[in-house]
Parts: sequence; C-alpha cells; structure tokens
Amino acid sequence: MALTREQMAQRIARELQDGYYVNLGIGIPTLVANYVPEGMEVMLQSENGLLGMGAFPTEDEIDADMINAGKQTVTARVGASIFNSAESFAMIRGGHVDLTVLGAFEVDVMGNIASWMIPGKLVKGMGGAMDLVAGAENIIVVMTHASKDGESKLLPRCTLPLTGAGCIKRVLTDLAYLEIENGAFFLRERAPGVSVEEIRARTAGELVIPDHVPEMQFD
Amino acid sequence: MAGFDKRVSTYAEALEGLEDGMTVLAGGFGLCGIPENLIAEIKRKGTRGLTVVSNNCGVDGFGLGVLLEDRQIRKMIASYVGENALFEQQLLNGELEVELTPQGTLAEKMRAGGAGIPAFYTATGHGTPVAEGKEVREFGGRRYILEHAITGDFAIVKGWKADRYGNVVYRHTAQNFNPLAATAGKITVVEVEEIVEPGELDPSQIHTPGIYVDRIICGTFEKRIEKRTVRS
Repeated sequence: MALTREQMAQRIARELQDGYYVNLGIGIPTLVANYVPEGMEVMLQSENGLLGMGAFPTEDEIDADMINAGKQTVTARVGASIFNSAESFAMIRGGHVDLTVLGAFEVDVMGNIASWMIPGKLVKGMGGAMDLVAGAENIIVVMTHASKDGESKLLPRCTLPLTGAGCIKRVLTDLAYLEIENGAFFLRERAPGVSVEEIRARTAGELVIPDHVPEMQFD
Repeated sequence: MAGFDKRVSTYAEALEGLEDGMTVLAGGFGLCGIPENLIAEIKRKGTRGLTVVSNNCGVDGFGLGVLLEDRQIRKMIASYVGENALFEQQLLNGELEVELTPQGTLAEKMRAGGAGIPAFYTATGHGTPVAEGKEVREFGGRRYILEHAITGDFAIVKGWKADRYGNVVYRHTAQNFNPLAATAGKITVVEVEEIVEPGELDPSQIHTPGIYVDRIICGTFEKRIEKRTVRS
C-alpha cells in the first residue's frame, strides 16, 4: 500500500532531532508538525518572519497581525521570535535552518528540483522555495512517486523549469524513501507492502537497489 | 516638513510628489502589514504607470489589488502573485509586466538598496530561469548569481506605533518587508495605528529608526485576514 499523507508526515518526523530549527513547506510538510515525538522540542520557522510557530489560534486568539507563510492565522509558541523578511531569509540562506521539508513536481538523479512553474499554465511565483533549496544543507522533498497518470516524478533529468540545481539529496514518496548520490536514486526504504519491482517500474531515473530494502514500519 | 516633526495630517499630503511612472516599494506579506490606506490613496489619486515592488499584489478588491482595477500598475516585482484573478487577466493580456523574484532575494534587494549596496551575489536561483542573463561567479567552489539592489521613488510602509521623529515599531508578523521597504525609498511614508509622544518608545526596541522616515500619518485599518484558520 502506498503511504497516506499522514504516514508520509510520520516518516519525515523520524528525521527530527531535539533542538532542531525546521522549515515546513505547504501541504504534506505542514503535517509533520503533528508528529513531533513526545519529549522532543523543535522550533518551526515560517519565512514571513516567525521562528517558533505555534498552533492555530482559537476564535478568541485570532490576530490579523499574526500569520504564517501560508497566510493562515497562527500563534507564536513560548520561546518564539519575530523579525523582518531579510532576517528571515538570512537564517535560510545562511544555512542556519537544520531541516527543510518541501514539496515538488519533479526531482532528478542530479539532485535538481522543479516545483514552481509549469509552462503553459499560469505562473504564480516561487515565493521562498528557491531560497530554501539553495540555502539549506538538509532538505527532504516530499511528493507522490508518480503523477495521477502514472508518469514518474523521479527522472533522469527534470523537464520543468528548475527551482534549484543539484541541491536535493533525499526524497520521500508515497512508495519509498530514496537518497540521491553519484547521479542515481538509491532505494533506502519501501512503503509497507510495496514491492521493489513496483518502485522500479515507477522510477524513470537510474535506480540503485541494495540487497536489502527494509519496509517502513508504522504503528 | 518641519525639522524632526514628520507627522502629516492627510493622506493627500502623505503622498505629495508621487507621479506617474514612479517606482513604489510596499511593505506587507499577503494582506498582513500592508499600508492599506496609502494604497487606497494611490487609487484615489489615479497615479499611473507605476512599478510596484512588493512580495505580493493583494487580492481582488483589497490591498495592491485595487490598483489593478484602473490599470495603475505597469510592472510588478514580487515573489508570489497567485491570489488575484484580475492580476492573472492583465498579465495574460500583456497589460501588466511581472518580474518574479525569489522572496529572500527580494528582501535582500530592498535591504541592499537601503544600505547603499548596489548588488550582491546569491546562490538562490542559480541554474534556474531566474538566473537568465545574470552574471555568475564562483566562490569557494560554489556558483552564485549577481542580483541588483532595488530602491524606490516612494516607500509605503505600515507600522504599529511611531513618534513624531519617525521612529517606528511593528506588531507581530505585520513587520515582514516593512522595515526593508522603509530604508529603500527616496521618500518613505509610514502609516501607523498610533502616534505616541516622544520618549514613549524604548530606543532599544525601535525597528525602523527615524532617519529612514520622511512622513508619518496615523490611520485606521481594516486589517483583512486572508486565510482565517482556527484550531478545532
């Protein structure tokens, strides 16, 4: 079975460490915040200028001056700080964020990522995505392994305009967890009940399959 | 303007000197911390052919979106413009030019502009369409692109409190691009919720020192929320 969105978030949450500063993109990455292990403290960075993003507010707590990068109303947790946009991106571009999790349309064997523009469709803009992929050392891309039409998103070469070149080393899909090294995808883990053959069939870029590929475990 | 008393009492006075074809830097992220009354005044004045530099372009009917209604914006420099149907229409019709700029690069362009730095190298955008036509240089084995600073004829800024000296503090995440825009305008106009007596703002807590600010005006704000989200 392919992973659900919640299981993908749970799998990524295993990469968190106590004391991490983490930037979570919109969509599945946001769900990771729900799976921070008990007893572990992480600070979420929201690139509009908030380090220490808290829960969504109650109806009484709503404040128009307090939003996250997705423009949703949020709260600040204890220990949070608020700053301007240049400061926010100094943290990102200066490599101070410990883990960045973001979505993508395509990733290729060279670590290129395309996530912001589909030619022929309206271009809405890259927001902070180009800064995040260029600035962060530790990035995990989260996406479905293939499109709804079954086209692989793990490619020999990205076909869409890039968000960043040569900056992605780890990808979690609904079928597998992979690392990118020496111009190939290395299959590190597979979703429960998903065969190596199925992953191979849905991976267009070169795939290296070790002798043993453990199955992910979920409670 | 009388010395260090930067207060003006009308929005017409606040934007005196704004002319067709000028470049305007605007603070705000989405609809949070936008100078909503200064934007409304630009609409009322009918200034045209503007280049507007702002992270976003408001929504239909509010914020910078209102300047699209009478086609007052010629060119938009922004990182994300997806919330606006009129924007889309004018872009597809070729009535509006857009220069999409990575968010951190946009912030840094304003910061550099205000700090007298003409350009800077950044890894952001290297190898992407953003890098087209830009100088590439290698430092320590990594490639960077040259990005030019931005300054504006006017900067329009939304603060929380200010004093008559033009010292400004912002509230929560309504800070965002505002202090950066404030540094990079030839004429910087700040609208605030409250003008306090000199001495009331703690000097060590000032976000925008008065040296950057030319005019201060006190307004009332709708503060529209784009995505009202509550926990269940």
